[in-house]
Amino acid sequence: MSVKNDARKIELNTPLLDQLETGGWPSFVTDLKAYSKKRPQVGQLLNQLNESYENRWNYWIGTVLNVPGYGGGVIARLSQKADKYPDLAQFHTVRVIEPPGWVYNTKNLRQLADIAEKHGAGIMQLHGMTGDVLLLGFDNDQSMSVAEELMENGWDIGGSGGALRTLQCCVGQARCEMACYDTMKVTKHLTDTFIHYLHRPEFVYKFKFKLSGCPNDCSNAMMRSDMPIIGTWRGEMQINQAKVKEFVKAKGRAYVIDNVLTRCPTKCISLKDDDSIVVEHQDCVRCMHCINVMHKALKVGKDKGVTICIGGKRTLKIGDTIATMIVPFMKLESDEDLGKLTEFVERVWEFWNDNGMDHERVGEFIARVGLATFLDGIGVEPDVRMVNRPRSSPYIKFEELAPARIGGEQNKMPPVWNKEPEGAESVSR
Amino acid sequence: MTDMSETKMAPRDQGAPDYKVNLHPVMLKNYGKWDYHERLRPGVLVHVAESGDKIWTIRAGSPRTMSADKVREVCDIADKYCKGFLRFTTRSNVEFLVDNEASIAPLIKEVEEKLKFPVGGTGPSVSNVAHTQGWMHCNLPGSDAAGSVKALLDELIDDFKNERLPNRVHISSSCCQINCSSHADISVIVQHHHPPRINHSNMQICELPKVVAICPVAAIRPAVVNGHDSVEVVKEKCMYCGACHGQCPSMEIRDSETDTLSIWVGGKTSHARTPPTLMKLAVWGLPNNPPRWPEVGQAVRTILDAYRKGGKPYERIGEWIERIGWQRFFEVTGFPFTRYHIEDNSDALLTFNRSAMVRI
Repeated sequence: MSVKNDARKIELNTPLLDQLETGGWPSFVTDLKAYSKKRPQVGQLLNQLNESYENRWNYWIGTVLNVPGYGGGVIARLSQKADKYPDLAQFHTVRVIEPPGWVYNTKNLRQLADIAEKHGAGIMQLHGMTGDVLLLGFDNDQSMSVAEELMENGWDIGGSGGALRTLQCCVGQARCEMACYDTMKVTKHLTDTFIHYLHRPEFVYKFKFKLSGCPNDCSNAMMRSDMPIIGTWRGEMQINQAKVKEFVKAKGRAYVIDNVLTRCPTKCISLKDDDSIVVEHQDCVRCMHCINVMHKALKVGKDKGVTICIGGKRTLKIGDTIATMIVPFMKLESDEDLGKLTEFVERVWEFWNDNGMDHERVGEFIARVGLATFLDGIGVEPDVRMVNRPRSSPYIKFEELAPARIGGEQNKMPPVWNKEPEGAESVSR
Repeated sequence: MTDMSETKMAPRDQGAPDYKVNLHPVMLKNYGKWDYHERLRPGVLVHVAESGDKIWTIRAGSPRTMSADKVREVCDIADKYCKGFLRFTTRSNVEFLVDNEASIAPLIKEVEEKLKFPVGGTGPSVSNVAHTQGWMHCNLPGSDAAGSVKALLDELIDDFKNERLPNRVHISSSCCQINCSSHADISVIVQHHHPPRINHSNMQICELPKVVAICPVAAIRPAVVNGHDSVEVVKEKCMYCGACHGQCPSMEIRDSETDTLSIWVGGKTSHARTPPTLMKLAVWGLPNNPPRWPEVGQAVRTILDAYRKGGKPYERIGEWIERIGWQRFFEVTGFPFTRYHIEDNSDALLTFNRSAMVRI
């Protein structure tokens, strides 16, 4: 496969884009204009973009292109102005799985830049909203050759379509004292374990993981991923009373009352006369606020793990959903723990994909079939922590004492209040 | 696994890159053993490990879209000061990592002068704006992404460089209602004002059942038009979301004359103090006005100024509004409250004031 760099030079004509070269924020226009001297194709891109600005209209058509053996990762685009801008006729994006936490050594980042430039337009986006590195501007042949060179060098192609999507995580334990689990390790584990599902779409719709080391959720998981995995801890947070007193002395009691005590969602912190604090740990909901404010004095607890939620996504198609808490706590350290997580994910995928409709995200699936049915399907017992309040509607479809579903005898299950729970063992036990 | 040996390409399923080789030695050495961090000045953090080791982070705003040459310039600085290690954040800031304090000042100078990247985005500031592809590479957009974000951040840059707000402000910008960049304290989203125009002669390129099924309000029905299989849209049901346009380019939802922008407030993903919250409509009908979208910048500025003036320390925008009430939010911003601000989705009842508690 040949690498083509014989794009036609076209005079830049970007009066509207030029207006984005002033101001304090770095201008991608200035950057790409300079780069277009070396890569005429980029000049064509800027000219087309300027026409979009002029006409408030878009000139890209989506199409489908895949690297052999892969079912996604190339976001194929054809320009409707190819007669004018021949080197935009095919102008695809290739998604590349980023290093977890978006950490780079320059050798690797330069390698990506070199590969992007050698095969395509040499435009990079760091990073896409799912987490991938985006490389722009490849025609059909170049998309194959760039994928080949990326893989030769150990990179891999990201997800698209009805597949597991590329994962993203916060910096985690690499540079944060609040991280309750190893986000980078778990991100890599899930990516590598499920890479087949990432490369070959076989789900009813996309499935995203985002991993955050604590409930501050720096990877923006709760509304942007189908399974947010949020670091947390069990039992007491760590309190260094000497440092608490230092903090109170430095900031004053009023500051601590106004900005720590009264901001606690469950009001579980009290300030004592000797400037120490007492925390009613059983009421703490791990919101992180007091730790954020008094980060030298207060720390996450020692018995660390994760809370797993399911079903976050943006509007399409039932409206926005924030993920629902499903697993209050599980350890996520040993290989056995990772195996448990893997097995849990597979149960969720199996039930959702067996019963979900086309284009139905798992959060929408839960909204349609009901949380109780979903829990049955994935073998998790109901837990009062999954809801803000019990139901207020008295119309209940009881299974106990109901007529048998397919003929036969009346159900005679023991009453609810002394019923032994059945179903699979809960993940968190 | 299919035998792909007859071609050079073969699916290799290599997975995620090894993060350890990409970690600064101080981060690798102290992995999982960090003690605390401090913000030294806007854009500069220091993390202190239990071992006493320190790593300083210099955070700078990047344009996200960069030429290979620009990425190499970023690498040059990381090579010079950071032992060749850097990282990017969720919101496309670049973080230079140094293990000696003396490097901070010259590094900042080079970042600001050579790269022209502003240093900031930490603590109670406006961080980089999460955004989408827009007219540069998307097939659906009603507006641009990188350009409108550049214009918006020009407007807000002093709030990126300084920590002078009650708490952090995340902003996102999306060029269609799929809203790839999602909820934030302030979200900018394109909106359409009429049902899709159907190009019946070109419907054969689409999977019609998928076009029918994607509609959130079941407004699309199969129909035969001019002897061709096509679809029709029940105009009364259609809510102009553009989902069908994503399925089929022959369902044209965009309109350069009538597309407008709207601004939403109060989205939050962090759990601090209050659970994650969804964004709510603040103002709609702003003109789609390239190249600098001044009306959007002005509306965002209005919200930020009101928040700066009225928010208490640590309150995110949504928490500030919940405290003062939506009535006062509309008063202090001057945005009109209209019939379109009233929820009509499935959870609408829960959003009404079902009490006699009012500020009169």
